[in-house]
Amino acid sequence: MTKRLSLTLGSVLFNWPVKQWVDFYARIADEAPVDRVCLGEVVCSKRKPFVDDVTLEVVDRLERGGKEVVYATLALPTGKREIRDIGDMIQAGYQIEANDIATVHLLNGKAHSVGPFINIYNEDTLALHLKLGATRICLPPELPLESIRALAKGNEAVEVFAFGRPPLALSARCYSARSKGTAKDACQFVCEADRDGMNVETLDGVPFLAVNGTQTLGFVVTAAVRQVEALREAGVVSLRLSPQTCDMVRVASIFRDLADGSTTPEEAGESLSVLHLPGPLSDGFLRGVPGCTVAEVD
Amino acid sequence: MRGHLPPIFANAAGMLPLLSLEVVARHLMSNAMAARPSFAARLGEYSGRTFAVDPVDCPFVFVLTPQDGGTHLSVVREAVGFDARIAAPLVVLLGMIDGTYDGDALFFSRDLSIEGDTEAVLALRNAIENADLDLSTVLGFPQAMQGPVNRAARQVFMRVRRLLDAPEDSGPNGVANGVNLS
Amino acid sequence: MTTPLELVCPAGTPAGLRTAVDAGAHSVYCGFRDETNARNFPGLNFDRAEMREAAAYAHAHGAKIAIALNTFMRAGSTDLWKRGVDDAVAAGADALILADVGLVDYARKAHPKQRLHLSVQAAAATPEAIAFYRDRFGIARVVLPRVLTVEEVSRLTAHAAPCETEVFVFGGLCVMAEGRCMLSSYATGKSPNMTGVCSPPSHVTYREDRDALVACVGGFTIERFERGEPAGYPTLCKGRFVADGTMSHLFEDPVSLNAVTLLPRLAEIGVTAFKIEGRQRGRAYISTVVRAFRKVIDAMAAGKKIDLDELRGLTEGQRDTVGAYKKTWR
Repeated sequence: MTKRLSLTLGSVLFNWPVKQWVDFYARIADEAPVDRVCLGEVVCSKRKPFVDDVTLEVVDRLERGGKEVVYATLALPTGKREIRDIGDMIQAGYQIEANDIATVHLLNGKAHSVGPFINIYNEDTLALHLKLGATRICLPPELPLESIRALAKGNEAVEVFAFGRPPLALSARCYSARSKGTAKDACQFVCEADRDGMNVETLDGVPFLAVNGTQTLGFVVTAAVRQVEALREAGVVSLRLSPQTCDMVRVASIFRDLADGSTTPEEAGESLSVLHLPGPLSDGFLRGVPGCTVAEVD
Repeated sequence: MRGHLPPIFANAAGMLPLLSLEVVARHLMSNAMAARPSFAARLGEYSGRTFAVDPVDCPFVFVLTPQDGGTHLSVVREAVGFDARIAAPLVVLLGMIDGTYDGDALFFSRDLSIEGDTEAVLALRNAIENADLDLSTVLGFPQAMQGPVNRAARQVFMRVRRLLDAPEDSGPNGVANGVNLS
Repeated sequence: MTTPLELVCPAGTPAGLRTAVDAGAHSVYCGFRDETNARNFPGLNFDRAEMREAAAYAHAHGAKIAIALNTFMRAGSTDLWKRGVDDAVAAGADALILADVGLVDYARKAHPKQRLHLSVQAAAATPEAIAFYRDRFGIARVVLPRVLTVEEVSRLTAHAAPCETEVFVFGGLCVMAEGRCMLSSYATGKSPNMTGVCSPPSHVTYREDRDALVACVGGFTIERFERGEPAGYPTLCKGRFVADGTMSHLFEDPVSLNAVTLLPRLAEIGVTAFKIEGRQRGRAYISTVVRAFRKVIDAMAAGKKIDLDELRGLTEGQRDTVGAYKKTWR
């Protein structure tokens, strides 16, 4: 029997209003066929207080829904308070997904997951992180299938970014604020207006990127539908689905069916493309071509 | 345009038969190549490409194809069928060869423009940078004469550039004015 | 000031290295001619023999040489990077500049006495991140990301000890957290982390449109310079984009970092080394910038006033900024 691929729902990367955020996780808890759910603000610590108040309630709901809950940390912590918060979460005994090396240092060998924001490009570095206590590692989204094959073999730890706008970069500067002519400190949470990120076009009007506060993502939506079988054969144990405002329960079901072999990549691609996606489907990074490359229709 | 030769000079240069220009240019280049045998190797996969080097203030264009065995050069009125084109006033192009100018800075200030295979242009630029050429090497002068010749040439070139209102030089030769530490 | 300040200068070619050393660099950094270093551009960098000669030249003139192997090892091909480490040590490198923790681990084990610096590409921006590399791998110096304020640099420098800190003071400015940016591989398939190039020239095209110069990267039109307007290299994060109906330099204006006015303050808070960006730049740039900064550092040591207008022509878009060092940048 082939091994069952598990599904992980990544943290919501965007600034969703608290009510939308709570409702989203409630529905995931009740309906989505995902095994693990990552929770926690990854992009901007200024957003964090809003969801902190309801986090316990959401964790409880997810656990009652049979999900394994993981607390994801900030990808670019800089301030003292940000680091202290991460330390507190570790102390509190949460299962942690580290998104930057400072968090790995604070974990000090304790078992944890590694998110897609830590640079793991080769087998040596991967082995080092396993030794440091990582039990699950989501690889950076730019890695091609060829590299994933070399990385996933024999460790039962590798997860691959399989759905959602690919996270591309982080900055100390907030571009949502900058686009409105203000600085990060006076941002007034303008990023809340763009729940899948603010689209960025070239001078020719071609959609190119998406901005989410201090984070930049691709305009396209990663969809590793044609690679699921190859990923499983490579030894990948989990697929990561990164939340967008489209019907994520449906997305999870499509990937569950794909992983179970009860639907074909063509059908899956078709089912995904009729959802309200913020951009066209792409598997460019996995194929080792530019990440913006739109998936060919079979 | 800054750095352009006065039209009278440019026109006079244009009256020269291309063939004699080509003979001189080939001679100078073979001196340079003899002194810098690793030039083509540094170009790597870009040796064999054809570059049009266009002094925009002169009515002719140099067409270069650097190769391991020796670089092919011709002088034409108008270049066609090149992989990349580099265009700037003649004194600016010369200033890039001897390291007076930084290619990036010239590009940023729009004194130099490029067209075609950007990567090939960059490879050529870097190979020329590393060749560290000076006038006496290009003229094929013996070692003993190089110091005084180069010093004199730098002075002359500097005056010409000022006269033509060329971009300010900031060369490695120490002719750039120092930092004001008053 | 007890320890002397170190001016760390770029060299893309052997001639560039000699220029930097002659212009007064205390140390020079450079890389091999392959994807092991983050300036993997055509015609640039050093083969093995050139590197040995470069080290000898630097040492003969009292300068140090740091060899950058600051990309991330490719899965299944890690030998290329490890051989680079071995050859750099054999060439006489005073320090290796590394970003990939797997390669740091290898270098530490294979060459226990070799001095190791953490590349800016590792983006260690917190005391905890620095502690990770210092305590586990004996990193002797960390090159700090260009997204920090002076106050943050100060705090990091205090926490990093005995590990030294090095900061960029002049040249190109990364607006994204270094080593964690995939914009280039998104648009072109080639990235700083994997191939050692950002917005690579192989994917850059220029075209004249009426009087304007139009620049594309990977087929995306990201810049248009009108006649007489200073140009910049079309780096993706410095392009002009349209967001929310408005066209702007959304991520960063085409400006260069020039932190010369902050040197006294940076020295005061204990920064050991000042780094000049630009291994891809020519000898004219290197000699001018290195000479100017060396004069400033010497003037500081002698307690003199500093003034530095002449560096302006060499900066991208011919404008400069103190960048993230001032908090208003954010």
